[in-house]
Amino acid sequence: MSLNATPLKIAFPRPTEPREPVVRLRRFSRRFGDNLIIDALNLDIAPGEFVALLGHSGSGKTTLLRTLAGLDDIDGQDVTVPGSRAVVFQDARLLPWKRVWKNVVLGLKGGDVRARADAALGEVGLSHRLDAWPLTLSGGEAQRTALARALVRQPELLLLDEPFAALDALTRLRMHELVMRLWRSHRPAVLMVTHDVDEAIALADRVLVLAKGRIVAEERINAERGQRTATVRDLRRRLLGHLGVTAQTGTYADAIADGAAPQIAAVSE
Amino acid sequence: MQNVSVHTSPGQKIVRSRLLSPILLLLTWEGAARSGLIPEHVLAAPSAVLATLWGMILSGELPSNLLVSAGRVGLGLAIGVSAGIVLALIAGLSRQGEAAVDPLMQIKRTIPVVALAPLFIVWFGIGETPKVALIAFATLFPVYLNLYNGIRGVDKRLVDAAHSFGLGRFALIIHVILPGALPSLLLGLRYALTIAIVMLVIAEQINASAGLGFLVNNARDFMRTDIIVVCLMVYALLGLTADFVIRIIEDRALAWRPKLVEA
Repeated sequence: MSLNATPLKIAFPRPTEPREPVVRLRRFSRRFGDNLIIDALNLDIAPGEFVALLGHSGSGKTTLLRTLAGLDDIDGQDVTVPGSRAVVFQDARLLPWKRVWKNVVLGLKGGDVRARADAALGEVGLSHRLDAWPLTLSGGEAQRTALARALVRQPELLLLDEPFAALDALTRLRMHELVMRLWRSHRPAVLMVTHDVDEAIALADRVLVLAKGRIVAEERINAERGQRTATVRDLRRRLLGHLGVTAQTGTYADAIADGAAPQIAAVSE
Repeated sequence: MQNVSVHTSPGQKIVRSRLLSPILLLLTWEGAARSGLIPEHVLAAPSAVLATLWGMILSGELPSNLLVSAGRVGLGLAIGVSAGIVLALIAGLSRQGEAAVDPLMQIKRTIPVVALAPLFIVWFGIGETPKVALIAFATLFPVYLNLYNGIRGVDKRLVDAAHSFGLGRFALIIHVILPGALPSLLLGLRYALTIAIVMLVIAEQINASAGLGFLVNNARDFMRTDIIVVCLMVYALLGLTADFVIRIIEDRALAWRPKLVEA
């Protein structure tokens, strides 16, 4: 695996002008023994596009992400991923024996690595934690460090593996804002794996639902971020439906009805 | 409900002190030796032991023999620990290495090293070599086992993450696997130091002409219990020093651990 350390040319995608996708999978399959995890999956991600991937545990999300991250062999299948890509995992996965800034520039070479770490940590608001040990960071700080570690590589593809699932609700809200700010200024293509339908709707250009190794639904969200409440009412119900959950139309605030029978049906897998 | 006093009177302080019972033991021992209850050929009085210690230091008898013993431990440890590290790296970092090395190490584990002493004497005579060999052979295993388990126990998720950031195999070993296994290595080293001193005592029973064991053997022949006790104290001191050294290494090498960071 090679790492492209040259700065990425930042270009804003124009939807009207068709561009080569940075990620392209054609009839990609993956099996472990008799279990078909990914089943003839097609996937394109355009440069700078923010894609959210929803799915149950065991739907193949993690396997797909590992493939895109280059952690698994592709066995000569038709898979195109950019050379420069970076992953933010659910658990920050910082090396506890390296100080924060050394974690950020892990594997990078050159005399200016500390300056680059400083700049990246500055972007996520952690300049003051440059020399801290990772185990002294809070959950949110650790995840911001993981974001800095991903961004310092100027990736064309940023893979987010449920990066906010382990954070408390308030920290998660701040992290969402941070991710949007960073995405707007660096403009990598993003694939974010998540369980959270509301998170997917709030952040993504396009939401995919993965079930049994296939993409069973795809929703493009055209409404501007921050003005999606109207879209949500129906979209949320549809996406939850694809995940096997019967929900009311509306936002999460209306999800649990008072005194009524449970609205959320048992999940059938 | 009774009021619980948070203040302790001086009397209580003395009773609760952990120093009290050792001091009482020493005083009883001294008293019994002076009153003739314990004859000198059974056990010398603490004051006599201290006097002998001082005399042996001044005459250079103790420092020179201590140096010989320390040299044996140092050389034996150096060989044993290096061999243990090399074998653990081979077994820990590759499947073929594991298949080749680990069975041998498990076989070796079943043989008490002390039982090998006669064989070592046949092979190496009664000079320095069998003594160093015994220490080296005994300290190899704890280092091997702990480092090997440490390498195998390194968090797979950290290896994955580092791999996803483009680290090659060599860089993974240097930046992720070895630092991750370091706490286990230090634990193995701690065991090795303890075992090294036990093996020193045993090895020096083999016809030594210098060293702490030589002093003990001589003292036994002349029923000089004061010298024997001095040597016991020195052995204890060696153990404490070894522990202290490891503690310093741990404090420096494992500074990232939260317990040490907060302290």
